[in-house]
This record gives sequence, structure tokens and C-alpha cells, in this order.
Amino acid sequence: MTTIGVLALQGAVREHIRSIEASGAKAVEIKRTEQLDEIDGLILPGGESTTMRRLIDSYGFFKALQEFGNQGKPIFGTCAGLILLASKIDGQDQAHLGLIDMKVARNAFGRQVASFEAELEIAYVADDFNAVFIRAPYILEAGPDVEVLATYQDKIVAAKQGHYVCTAFHPELTDDNRFIAYFVSMVEQSKKTLAS
Amino acid sequence: MANTGTERVKRGMAEMQKGGVIMDVVNAEQAKIAEQAGAVAVMALERVPSDIRAAGGVARMAEPRITEEVMNAVSIPVMAKARIGHIVEARVLEAMGVDYIDESEVLTPADDVYHLKKSDFTVPFVCGCRNLGEAARRIGEGASMLRTKGEPGTGNIVEAVRHMRQVQSEIRQLTAMSEDEVMTFAKNIGAPYELLLQIRREGRLPVVNFAAGGVATPADAALMMELGADGVFVGSGIFKSDSPAKFAKAIVEATTHYTDYKLIGELSKGLGTAMKGIEMSTLEPSDRMQDRSE
Repeated sequence: MTTIGVLALQGAVREHIRSIEASGAKAVEIKRTEQLDEIDGLILPGGESTTMRRLIDSYGFFKALQEFGNQGKPIFGTCAGLILLASKIDGQDQAHLGLIDMKVARNAFGRQVASFEAELEIAYVADDFNAVFIRAPYILEAGPDVEVLATYQDKIVAAKQGHYVCTAFHPELTDDNRFIAYFVSMVEQSKKTLAS
Repeated sequence: MANTGTERVKRGMAEMQKGGVIMDVVNAEQAKIAEQAGAVAVMALERVPSDIRAAGGVARMAEPRITEEVMNAVSIPVMAKARIGHIVEARVLEAMGVDYIDESEVLTPADDVYHLKKSDFTVPFVCGCRNLGEAARRIGEGASMLRTKGEPGTGNIVEAVRHMRQVQSEIRQLTAMSEDEVMTFAKNIGAPYELLLQIRREGRLPVVNFAAGGVATPADAALMMELGADGVFVGSGIFKSDSPAKFAKAIVEATTHYTDYKLIGELSKGLGTAMKGIEMSTLEPSDRMQDRSE
């Protein structure tokens, strides 16, 4: 069975676990680096990116997460997870994991009172996806190898680069599991490729 | 078409805070220390609860310049407190763009009968609760997040423990009940019936429930997580301790790894003295903030 981990240092972990299980894969909360060996793909959940980064550093996750990605294992980042994956963050000297060639803006749609739900067309996934944006970031610039999966008002809000995928919104907050199911199928595919 | 202020967006914001620590701060400098330590949000206040207790008199919404200063200092969400039932303080905070409002018994209530109808607002609200009835009434009014009341500004965890255990125990009772017993249970605890049916079906509250009111040490924070809290508010505990930056970081790590007791032991070394604290039996009934609303 395909096993997908959710980085469980802080944030909306429970919702991702539920969506992974609903999509037919096994879900595991990841709190220690050695657990990364047991999983085929990883989700970096929504939460506070600054808080998650501090905890990533405190528990030696930084290199471990990069190595996990470099092995070719898929990673999906939602909201704060998208920020963690980016190679550049607007207004900051340093980015975090730098696994996707893109520049992102934090809290780009404004503060909480500007948080919203909207219907999106997402490549490979759906043309009527109800997306929940909470103090969400968006992608300002995407590199040549980055495929744009969705835009909202001309802002890039979902993208893919090889085995890395990210969304500015929270597919785990609704009962519509189509995006998570898409990631699960990516992980299943990569598991076959990596095994051969 | 984009919809703002939906129930999903408001409750979802609180979901993102899970497993985190929200810290009371009174200025930009403290806010930065909190953010640096890994806080998921800060609560901007004019005074921390233990100082409110000491000062006496009427405690109101913080002077807007303090809240604004904190909002400008950090990129994490900023919460602020409004008096219970004070529609205008809440609207002012919403207009200022704070990310969450705490309709709080720590401030002197403006209305001793009614709470705010929080579902009317775009900004989400957190409210205190001591039991399932109180929790359900606040959700019924539109609260998107709950916290135990505990006894604020005492540095004594006993009341927060009581409130967390009470809510959990009543949820367990409810889920074990047959459906024909729910209406009478709803009447007895003063809770909306439909909401109780939902909680019974799902086995949990539809919003997150943090611990608050008396958390003074990393071990206190871990204890509340162990008892089922989704995260922790720390009021006076951090900036009334000897070394706030170290204390703040230790409380964040203890909250994440709340069952790693060896680690919590390590984190607790050399932190200096925690806030002094108050024993409950020495508090006059009129000084009990938790009894200011139900």
C-alpha cells in the first residue's frame, strides 16, 4: 500500500490525514526525521510557515526534507507548505527548502478578513474546485520548469515542478478529495518508477 | 466569485493554528520575541492578565495604537480582545484588520447578559468555555474557535485542567447517549440541540479548542495538550517570567513534542523562575474572571 506522511510539527494535520485515507492511501503523522524512510510521499500542511521553519530547524528536518525530495519522492505543499517549498520569498533575503523554482509572496491576498472561498479550474484535477484561501500566499514568478496548474484573478495559486506540487489554497478543508487524490496518484506512479 | 468571512474560512484559520502557541504581548518588542520563538499568533493587549488583575478598575479593548504597533511588527496573525458583548469594540478591531478577536472575560464585560452575535462579522472570534454547554452556546453565536477559560493571570493551571476535562467528559457522555436522550441533555446544559447532534455524530467539537488561563511552564503547556487541547494560549506566563525569550521557545517546543518527557525535562532546565502564581482559595469570588459570563 502507498504510504503518505504529513509533516506534523504544527498546523492542519488531521484534515490531510482524513483526505489521504479517503483517497485510499495509508496516512502517517511525521514528527521525527527517521519516519521519512517509511513513506512514499509527503505533505507539508498549512499552518504558520515561520513557526514550522523554527521547528524544522530544531529537529534536524531541513536537510532530511531536501534529501527526501532529491530521492525523487513527491512532496505536496499547501499554503505554508507552498512557502516552505519556494526558492525565493518576496521581501525576505532567505527562502526555506528551495525545492520549486518560484518566487512567492506571503499573506498576498491580505489579512484574515480578506480570506475567501472561490471556484477554480485546476489542470488534471477539476474545472469546478471550491478552493479555500486563508491568509494565503500566491506565486509571483514561476521558473521555466514549473507548470502552472491554476490561477485566480491572474495570480498563480497552484503549480507543479516534476514530483513537487503546491497550492496556495487548502484542499484538505473541504470534503472534495480530488486534489489529494491527484497527489496520491502522483505518489503511486513515482513508487512504481523508483522501484523499477 | 469570491466569498469572504464564510464559516469555513473563519474556522479554517483556527485549524491552521493547531499544535501551536499563541502569546500575549503588549508591544512590538514582545511581539518580535514571540514570533522569533515560534508563536503561531500573538494577542495584542494593553496589559497582560496578571497586570489587569493587579490594576483593578475597568479593563477595556487595548488602545488602538498598541494593536497597530504589534500588527506592523510581525507577519504572524494578530489577535486582540474585545469586551464581552461590546459590539463597537469588536467592529473597531475588525475595521483595523486584526486577524482574530477574543471576546474575553479577561476584560470587564460590557453586557452581562448577551454575548456578541459573532456570525454577523467577517473577522473570526475565539471565546472561552468551562463546559460543553458554554462551548456550544458560543459556537451557536458564531465563535470559530474555543479556548478553556481557566483562571487568567494566576499562573495556576488547575482551572484550565478542570475546564478541559469537563468539556471532554461531556463530549464522551454525549457520544455514548442514545439519540432520544439528547434533547433533555441539551435542556440541562443549555446547549443548541442540532449542534449537540452534530457533536454526537462526529465525536468532537466542530471548531478547535485551545487551552488558556494559567499556563506558566513548558510542562503546563504539554499537560494541556495531553488532555486533548488543540493548542495553547500563554498570557502572563511568558513575559512575567525571568527570561521571556527562552521561556517562549521552551513552551513552543513542549507543545509540539508534548509526549517527549525527556525533551521537556531538557527544555525546562535553566529557565529561571516562572511567574509567582496565585492559589485559587485565596481569590475572592469577585476576582474570578471565569465567572464573569456563561
